[in-house]
Amino acid sequence: MHAIRKKRLITLAVILFILSAALGLVLYALQQNINLFYSPTQIALGEAPENTTIRAGGMVVKGSVKRDANTLAVTFAVTDFKHSVQIQYQGILPDLFREGQGIVAQGKMLSNGVFSASQVLAKHDEKYMPPEVTEALEKAQQQTNPTSSSTLER
Amino acid sequence: MNWIWFHKLGSPKWFYQWSSKWALPVFSMGLLAMLVGVGWGLGFAPTDYQQGDTYRIIYLHVPAAVLAESCYLSLGVAGFVYLVWQMKMAPIFIKSMAPIGAAMAAIALLSGAIWGKPTWGTWWVWDARLTSVLVLFLLYMGIIALQNTLEDAALANQATAIVSVLGLINLPIIKYSVNWWNTLHQPASFSLTEKPAMPMEMWLPLLIAVIGFYCLVVGLVMWRMQSEILLRERRTQWVKEKVMNHGV
Repeated sequence: MHAIRKKRLITLAVILFILSAALGLVLYALQQNINLFYSPTQIALGEAPENTTIRAGGMVVKGSVKRDANTLAVTFAVTDFKHSVQIQYQGILPDLFREGQGIVAQGKMLSNGVFSASQVLAKHDEKYMPPEVTEALEKAQQQTNPTSSSTLER
Repeated sequence: MNWIWFHKLGSPKWFYQWSSKWALPVFSMGLLAMLVGVGWGLGFAPTDYQQGDTYRIIYLHVPAAVLAESCYLSLGVAGFVYLVWQMKMAPIFIKSMAPIGAAMAAIALLSGAIWGKPTWGTWWVWDARLTSVLVLFLLYMGIIALQNTLEDAALANQATAIVSVLGLINLPIIKYSVNWWNTLHQPASFSLTEKPAMPMEMWLPLLIAVIGFYCLVVGLVMWRMQSEILLRERRTQWVKEKVMNHGV
């Protein structure tokens, strides 16, 4: 390779390396701000600040959703299968909200350990499946193991 | 190793003649595959157990997002080639490709917002994936703006090449944002190493649509490069002869 080209190549490679290293360190330092939400474990360990607006995310615990009969108020728990957090919310939930679904709630951590949400967003996973397949899977699972409940939520 | 193809690619005249043969077939094939893939996905693929018909926007959203990233990767490589080897064709490529990539990023962002409203419950959230794709779109915009503001062609070539190369750092951030941080956006449904997270009657139309988008973009960029070559090489003998003999 021509000497001047080699020099340019090396300069460029060094610049790119330094920049990516710098950016990597910045992103690493800002990790907590880039994370969209706190997990129930982080909240349980006290990493989430109280009385500031934050987001909490996790899986809605099965059987934990309690709706108020007269208002739109609803309480439920979210879990990351290590810890769980109780959430209260007043308003319309997204269509995909259901037990066993991942959600992200925006709101404040109250001093009594309950998360008061002002907005609830539903997460969905990267798996897509036709409804017939889900039904068949559920059926197969019930046949092999009739006592356990299905892992696939309808 | 045989580098003749690389040197040939550096000749505007050779590229013009070569791409004149290939642009139309590649573009037509891309258009056909895109129509088949998107039509199949929107009309005939099975619904999703969870999202119903809403998930079908994937057949537009994913190809556009894949292309937005791939186009940028190609810009970065071209920028690198220009900065090291000063190849004439590289800035022509960057100038021709940037608006196409920007359009793809815009389609990905808009279709994602339209998808987000019914499924997540919001048009936009500042999570790592969405924000890094917005940065990608802004990088494209920056390259286009630089190209159009700098009147000195040599300076414009240099500046757009530098931005293209530096912007490459954003690509792994986009790709791994959903794995490194907590995001609202779900992780990738496809990877080269694992089975797709959906059955074949869902991913096959998507694959066809992605291939279609690729070919479409390649055809488009060839045409855009041809006009750019004619413009930049207008003082050379072969362009003069071509215009005299055939018109443009």
